Amino acid sequence: MAYSNKVLDHYNNPRNVGSLDKSDPNVGTGMVGAPECGDVMKLQVKVNPETGVIEDAKFKTFGCGSAIASSSLATEWLHGKTVDEALQIKNTDIVNELSLPPVKIHCSVLAEDAIKAAIADYKKKTGSRQEQMASQ
Amino acid sequence: MKLPIYMDNHATSPMDPRVFEAMRPYFTEIFGNSASRNHSFGWQAEEAVEKSRKQIADLIGATPKEIVFTSGATESNNLAIKGVAQMYAEKGNHIITAATEHKAVLDTCKHLEKDGIRVTYLPVQTNGLVDLDALKDAITDKTILITIMYANNEIGVLQPIAEIGKLCKSKGVLLHTDATQAVGKVPVNVIKDNIDLLSLTGHKIYGPKGAGALYVRRKSPRVQVTAQMDGGGHERGMRSGTLNVPGIVGLGEACAICNAEMAQESKRMSYLRDKLKGKLEKELDEVYVNGTMDSRLPNNLNISFAYVEGESLLMGINDIAVSSGSACTSATLEPSYVLKALGAGDDLAHSSIRFGLGRFNTEEEVDYVANKVIDVVKKLRELSPLYEMAKEGVDLSKVQWAAH
Repeated sequence: MAYSNKVLDHYNNPRNVGSLDKSDPNVGTGMVGAPECGDVMKLQVKVNPETGVIEDAKFKTFGCGSAIASSSLATEWLHGKTVDEALQIKNTDIVNELSLPPVKIHCSVLAEDAIKAAIADYKKKTGSRQEQMASQ
Repeated sequence: MKLPIYMDNHATSPMDPRVFEAMRPYFTEIFGNSASRNHSFGWQAEEAVEKSRKQIADLIGATPKEIVFTSGATESNNLAIKGVAQMYAEKGNHIITAATEHKAVLDTCKHLEKDGIRVTYLPVQTNGLVDLDALKDAITDKTILITIMYANNEIGVLQPIAEIGKLCKSKGVLLHTDATQAVGKVPVNVIKDNIDLLSLTGHKIYGPKGAGALYVRRKSPRVQVTAQMDGGGHERGMRSGTLNVPGIVGLGEACAICNAEMAQESKRMSYLRDKLKGKLEKELDEVYVNGTMDSRLPNNLNISFAYVEGESLLMGINDIAVSSGSACTSATLEPSYVLKALGAGDDLAHSSIRFGLGRFNTEEEVDYVANKVIDVVKKLRELSPLYEMAKEGVDLSKVQWAAH
C-alpha cells in the first residue's frame, strides 16, 4: 500500500508525542480502541480553565502508520482551539488532510473518538469541581 | 550491501542463476512439445522432462513415475484432495486437516464440504503442532484422507509427519502433505514418512513460478486421484495439458541443487536465523517467538514485538521486505488465522513479523535487519500507550477496552 506524503511525514516526525499528568484537574485523557483490534490511541488535552483554550495536547498510539498520523495530526489541530471548537473536528477532515484510503478511514474515526473522549474527561473533571465548589 | 533487502522467502524466492541457465535453451531452441512422439523436437523435450522428474523424485525419495507435473502447489493440493475425495468416494467421505493449513488446502476442503464431504479441522497446540492423540481420535471408519502440511508457511513449524504417516498406514488412511515450504529445506522422504501424496512447487526453492508437482504413490498402496481437468490425458491421465517444459526443467534443476546443497545450506540458514533471533532478544524486551523452535524450518523466524503494531513496524523498515500477521496488512482486515490458532491472542498476531531467510541472504544483511528492527521497535514503543501502561505495571488483559 502506498502512503501519502503527509502520512509518511507524521509517521517519521510524529508531533506532540508524550503524556500529560492524568491527575491534573485541567488535563482530559481519552483512551480509545483495543489491542486485539490492532489500534489503541491515547490523547490528552490540557485546558486553560479561565479561557477554555487547549494549551497543550499529547498522544501515544499503538496502531498502523495511518493511526499514528491521524492522532499526530489531531494533536496539532487541537493546539490553540477552544474546547467547543475542538469538538467540531470531524474524522472526514482528517481523511481529507492525510488522503487516507477507504480501508484506513477507521483510523480517522478513532482519532475523532479520542478527541471527544479527552474533552469529555476534562468536562467531567471540571463539572465535578464546580459541584464541589457549589457545595462548599 | 544492496537495499532493499529481500527476507520474505516463504512468499517466494529469487531464482538461482544456475536454474535460469538450465532453463534458457528450452524457450527458443528446444521448444518441442514433450508429447510429440514422432520427431526429435518432441523427444528432446521429453528427455528434459524425464530428467526433471528424476531430479524431483531423488529429492523426496520417490521414483520418477510417481511425479505428476502441475502449475504449482495450489494446483497440486487441489488435485490431491479433490482427486482422492472423488476417487475414493465409495470408501468414505471424511477428511481430516488442521486449522493452520494454507488456504489452498483449507479452501479446497471447504469446497468439498459443499459436495457432501465431512471435514475435521483439527486445532493445533500452542506450539503450532498437531496433537497426535487428537488426530488419532478424529479418525473414523469413513476417513479416507488426512492432509497435514509438512512445514507451516507463516511460523515454519514442522509437523510430526513421520508419526502421522505411521498412524495413517496403520489405519489404512491416505496421507497427503503440502510440503511446499519443507522440500529442499529439510530432508523429506516419502518412503520413510509413509507419505501417499505430496505437493511441492518451484518458486519456493529458487526455481520458477508456475511449475510444481504432485507426488502420487504407486506402490503399497497404489494411489489414484481423479483428474480435475479434462484433456489429452497427460501425466498418466491425472493432469492434462501440454507440459511447461522450461518451467519443469527449472523445477528439476532447483531440486537437484537443493539435494546437493541442503545439508550445508540449512546449517548456514539456522546460523543466520539464530543470530537474528539472538540480537533481537538481547536488545528488546517482550519479544515472543511464535511456534516452537524445537521443530522448525532453519530459515524461519516469526516473532511478535509486544505493544508494537506490525504494519507500523513494516513502515519503519521499508528497505527490508518481510511480512506481518497484522490485520492491517491483510485484505480482510483480520489478523493471521495461523497465529490466532496458536491461541496467543489477537494482540500478538497484530505485532508479528515473519522473517524468511534465503539462499542469497548474507550475514551483513542479517546484521542490518536486526539493527534496523531494533531501532524502529524502540521508536514505536516510545509512541505506544500500551508499552507505557505495561511499564507502569498495568495488566493490559484486565483493562476494559472499547472494541471497535
